[in-house]
This record gives sequence, structure tokens and C-alpha cells, in this order.
Amino acid sequence: MPKIKLPTKSPHIDMTPMVDLFSVVLTFLMLTTTMRQPEPAPVDTPSSISEKPTPDFNTMTLLLSKDDKVFLNFDNGPDTLLAFRPKILSEMGKRYNIEFTEAELTEFKKYPSSIGVPILKMKEFLDTKDTKQRLAMETGVPIDSTDNQLADWIFCTRTVNPNVQACIKGDVKTGFEVVKRVLDIMADKNVFKFNLITTLESAKINLAEIQK
Amino acid sequence: MNQLKLTSQKYKSDMAEIIQEEKAGGKKKAKKHAPHIDMTPMVDLMCLLITFFMLTTAFSKAKIMEINLPEKIKDKNVEPPKISASRTLNIVLGPNNKLYYYPGTVKPEDFNSLPPLQETDYSATGIRTLLLERNRALFKKIDDFKNQVVTGKIVMVPDSVQKSISKLKTDDDTGPIVLIKAYKKATYGNFVDILDEMNICGIARYTFVDIAWYEEKMVETAAGIASTITTPTAKK
Repeated sequence: MPKIKLPTKSPHIDMTPMVDLFSVVLTFLMLTTTMRQPEPAPVDTPSSISEKPTPDFNTMTLLLSKDDKVFLNFDNGPDTLLAFRPKILSEMGKRYNIEFTEAELTEFKKYPSSIGVPILKMKEFLDTKDTKQRLAMETGVPIDSTDNQLADWIFCTRTVNPNVQACIKGDVKTGFEVVKRVLDIMADKNVFKFNLITTLESAKINLAEIQK
Repeated sequence: MNQLKLTSQKYKSDMAEIIQEEKAGGKKKAKKHAPHIDMTPMVDLMCLLITFFMLTTAFSKAKIMEINLPEKIKDKNVEPPKISASRTLNIVLGPNNKLYYYPGTVKPEDFNSLPPLQETDYSATGIRTLLLERNRALFKKIDDFKNQVVTGKIVMVPDSVQKSISKLKTDDDTGPIVLIKAYKKATYGNFVDILDEMNICGIARYTFVDIAWYEEKMVETAAGIASTITTPTAKK
């Protein structure tokens, strides 16, 4: 009986299809992800049991930092052609007699993060390219009763986009005085519905204790 | 068997012919092995990147909690809606993560004999137990309803489940009416925490209202802070 000859070839897997597949998945993921933008102030959001996701469009986000500064962020709307951001800025410029150039409006449109710059410094802010200088300029949107720029921002945003929803993103340690002030300003502008941005946390309820 | 051998020989001779032809035609020496790149490191790297992207996309979406504030009454002639004092529970967010509460209402006239505030905390044994105790009837109703949906006794689309729960809440007339007030030294985290407790305990009626000066005074007495409030004599 002849001996069965075993193949001595080392096992070698062709990885090309695997690489192909991975490339496709990787490209897809890279294109679909929205990168988390660095915020001008680090914010540690409080947790809640709410499972509602943040809306993608028609939002006006107020970032309340730990040191009681207010930053603002808007989105460009569901279609980039709508370009809400430059419209809001030019509307704001009209109120303060500031003429923004086309380049500045584009810069504002593309700016990925929240902005907390007084409107009088906005032109300078958009013209500089240096991130350190920009960071130094971000002193927060003024909310005093004498110089209430936040109210104007809210008004302009609502003129440009009436469907806008107010989102508040605050730090756990943000003092309540500034939160109250912001809520009051919003209430003055007839905004009563807010979305508080939180992180998810589950809560356990001991049922036996309640039903006794 | 013989035939197989033959064909393989034929192939061999064919190959030899091709190689010979190439040798004859081309001037450069043809490679004997096809170039083979080891793709394992590339696959490793891609695995890593995919994992990274998948994790970041899944967690980057923040959640929101909705809150409706009462409209401000700008017309001075309109009276604020009356609520029954027996069902009212006032929760005051104090400084240093402290939490105070008192039942009923206090009139500004009796600022000399203000009721003492009771202290509690944000934990599950603190405010949650207190709220659940007062809201037991409604909470049980909602919980039973949810259980029936989960076990399949009631079949519903998720949208109408939410609607039924909010209907249960509006029909409720036993649970507490919670008024949330915040002392100026409270933090935003406290505010979100207390609203979250309202959602957890299924409180039907709660709202956030401005703190009155006599309540600020009560907090200061309870927390032992030097009073910053001067009793306004003109106010009533």
C-alpha cells in the first residue's frame, strides 16, 4: 500500500480580500464620523437617565464653562446651502454696525467649535489664524444687563432660523448664578424649552422599598 | 494515473517553453517568484483603526434632557396659578451640594417665624426615597403599566406607550407638586441632578421657580452662613 504523502507546504492565507474589506469599512467609518471638536473650555457634563440623542440640526448650543463664561455655537442647518452661521453673524453685524467681509463670514461658517468672543472683537478674532491669540480673545459672550450680547445673539439666531432649539451644555461645577442669568435672558426672548446636554447614567430603583 | 502524469508533464513543458521564450525575447532576467508582500502588519493597523473609529462614533453622541420652564407672567394683573399647599413640596438647592426641603407654603409676612428646612442629599437614599414615598401611587401605576408592556399583556407601539405614561401623569392628582428653587451658590450639576430625580421618580408636576428672599434666608439659617439678605420691609 502506498504511503499517503502529506503536503509539506506551509499554510499561507491570502490576506488581500481581508485588506480590501477593511479598507472599505475604514473609509466608511472615517467619512461618517463627526470628530469631536475641541471646545474652548473643558466641560464635564452632568449625568442623567435621559436617552434622547442630541439633535443634529437646528441647534443653538450655549456652553457654560466652569469659570462662568458663556460660549455660543450654532449649526449650519440640515443643508449646507442654508448656511445659517454666516447669516447669523451678518445679522449680528447689522445690529452693531460692523461690516464683515466675505472671508470673515466663510471663516465663521467653517469654525468648528464654540465661540465666546464679544462682538466688537469678532472681526479681529476671525482675521487671526493663531490659535493661542484666539484663545486669549475668548472672554465669553457678555451677559450683563448693560451689554447683553447674548440676548442679541439669540434674537438673531431666531430671526435666521425660527426652528432653532436651545441646548445648554454646562459643567457640573458651573455656578448657578450664571445659569439663572442665561435662563432669564432666554425667558425674556420667549425661549422656555431647553435641552440640557448630559451623559447617560442608569438609575436603579429599589421597588420593594416603595411597595411596602 | 498515467494520463495525469502525462498532462502534468505537458504543463511543465509548456512552462518551460514560455520561460525560454521570455529568456530569448527579453534582455532582462525574468523573476522566478511572484512578488509577495506580507500584509499582516497592514491588517493589524487597519483593525486598530477600525476599532478606534467604531468606538469613537458610538460614544460621541451626547444625550439631552428636555425641560420646560414656566412662562413669565409679564402682565401684573394676572395672578399666578394657585396650587394646593398640602401637595406642595419645596426643594431648595443649597450650597456645597446640600439639599433642603420643606412642605407647604410660606408667606412672606411671617418671615420672623420661618419653618426650619430639612436637610437631605442627592443620593438614592436621600431625596429619591422621599420623592418616591410621596409619589408612590403614581409611580406604582406607571411601573405596573411598563411591566404589562414588557411582559406583553398590553401590546402597543412605543410612541403610544410614552403618550399613555404622560396621560397617567396628567390624570394624577395625588402626587406632590414639586417646586424647585436654587440658592445662588448651587451649581449646574445640582440643577441637572434634581431634574433627573424628578424623571426617575416619575413626578408628574414639577417646575423650576425663582427663589424668594425669605427662602434664601431660610437656607442661610440652615447652612449656617452669615446672612446676606436684608429683610425688605417694603416687600410684601
